[in-house]
Amino acid sequence: MPPLPVSQIPLNWYLILSATLFLIGVAGFIYRRNIITIFMCIELMLNAVNLSFVALSYQWKQVDGHIFSFFVMVVAAAEAAVGLAIILTVFKNRQTLEVDEISSLRN
Amino acid sequence: MYDKFIPTAADYVRFAPEILLTVFGTLIMLIEAGRKEDQRRPYGILSLIALAGAIYLAFPAYNNAGPAFQGMLIVDGFGTFFRVLCYVAAALAVLCSGQYLSREKADSGEYYSLILFSVVGQGVMVTANELLMVFIGLEISSIATYVLAGFLRDDQRNNESALKYFLLGSFATAFLLYGIAWIYGLTGSTDLSLIRAALGSANPPNVILTGTAAALMFVGLAFKVSAFPFQIWTPDVYQGAPAPVSAFMSAGPKAAAFAILVRIFMTAFEPIAARWEPILWVTALATMVVGNFAALAQVNIKRLLAYSSIAHAGYILVAITAQSQIGISAVMFYLAAYTFMNVGAFAAVTHLAGKDEKYVNIEDLAGLGQRQPVTAALLSVFLLSLIGVPLTGGFFGKFYIFKAALDSNLVWLTVLGLLNSAVAAYYYLRVLVVMYMQDASAEVPAPKPVSGGILVALVGSAVATVILGVFPSVILNFAGKSGTLNP
Repeated sequence: MPPLPVSQIPLNWYLILSATLFLIGVAGFIYRRNIITIFMCIELMLNAVNLSFVALSYQWKQVDGHIFSFFVMVVAAAEAAVGLAIILTVFKNRQTLEVDEISSLRN
Repeated sequence: MYDKFIPTAADYVRFAPEILLTVFGTLIMLIEAGRKEDQRRPYGILSLIALAGAIYLAFPAYNNAGPAFQGMLIVDGFGTFFRVLCYVAAALAVLCSGQYLSREKADSGEYYSLILFSVVGQGVMVTANELLMVFIGLEISSIATYVLAGFLRDDQRNNESALKYFLLGSFATAFLLYGIAWIYGLTGSTDLSLIRAALGSANPPNVILTGTAAALMFVGLAFKVSAFPFQIWTPDVYQGAPAPVSAFMSAGPKAAAFAILVRIFMTAFEPIAARWEPILWVTALATMVVGNFAALAQVNIKRLLAYSSIAHAGYILVAITAQSQIGISAVMFYLAAYTFMNVGAFAAVTHLAGKDEKYVNIEDLAGLGQRQPVTAALLSVFLLSLIGVPLTGGFFGKFYIFKAALDSNLVWLTVLGLLNSAVAAYYYLRVLVVMYMQDASAEVPAPKPVSGGILVALVGSAVATVILGVFPSVILNFAGKSGTLNP
């Protein structure tokens, strides 16, 4: 196996980028009111996690992290399929995608 | 060199229950694909056969206990206990579902496939020995449950319940994953025993970073077990979902989430236990208080049971805070008792709700004692057990939890927990008062006599609740033996 090329960018930068993306995702989840945007924020969080996994995996010189990120992608795809279907039924029954208007369940 | 990646016969024996459930789930989907509009198929029976077979196969797996698939899964007493518990919870939910689905004219195969797939995920979760398997099991279980929560597509309450469950569930999963990524970065492994070895070694990774990683994972799991402050979704989701699905969600996925919470924190994170114990202490107390006090004001019985399930999660967290073998056995016993009493209560609600779940308020139960003595009596058994009255499983569950807490010197937590259960008695007793001491209102038609699957589920859960209250040793012996988690 040929030696891995030495990365010019230090690990910390990847991790800081990943943390920033994750926090943007969290902030978006909390402050955005459109369901599709909220869902995109969740996907952003998952991708931030993937970035961490890949960078750390490179650092440890292992494939474990790469494999983990593949599983995350597969699961995210399955989740997107189910999630978009749920969002679609909500839209069909209520003609709205504003999360604040979907609040019939309360005491 | 690839020989070791070929699964052995022992791997298959240890994983057999999940394989069987997957086969039956797929089979039901295939039968459904060839079904004509007006035909009926015995999906309920097929699912029950699958679940019974899985329970049966869990025993040879336990007799062959050990790791499977290169240590990705581990079959031990702890895992087997929760495996069987999840199968039983699913079987009870299936028993309630038949009549519910025909009443709502939504009889179809997907429902049963999804229940079976969700249980497969729970089986993977409780036997997982790798954070990767924890994640995959959790997602198999959750994604199937998201769909089940919104199973009646044209019902607005179902839509809303599924949407909230989906959004908050995926949000929580992202936190869990981020925590896993950090742990991987710090220890170079996602295997629970290797993480434990790395954290307990002579020169462990930075403790602040490890603590943050553990906290991120705790956030993810706290969502799934609905612990404070991540319990907001629970009432809405349980209220909006079809009643038999609420029964299932409040038992199976919750028990499995508790199982991995215990397994991760008592094995991988055991070396840093002193750091997470105070957090767990506060969470346990806050969860009990929020659940019980919010339940006082509820008028909808499904919402009441949702808040009560939050409060019960708080009691279970008390036992986890004790961090002892007795504590783990107490968690196991409590979850068994909780599954029967809670699914039983939801089964009664399933029966009484009527078409379109019109009658789900507590006052709709008025006069039930005269109208339907059998259902009322069975529901009373579950409510008394939820209070923790002696001779019911709930009593011994609480007893063992608070005993474990006292043994670990958590005196204040025990006192506050006991005060909380006194508060809880009020809202359960209120339901009993309405059932037996108020006259039936003319607006609520008398429900049909309970029959078929729901009757079996009700009687079965009631018998189990009473057996656990009279002969707790049935389960306690096994729980005591399996309370040691081999790192």
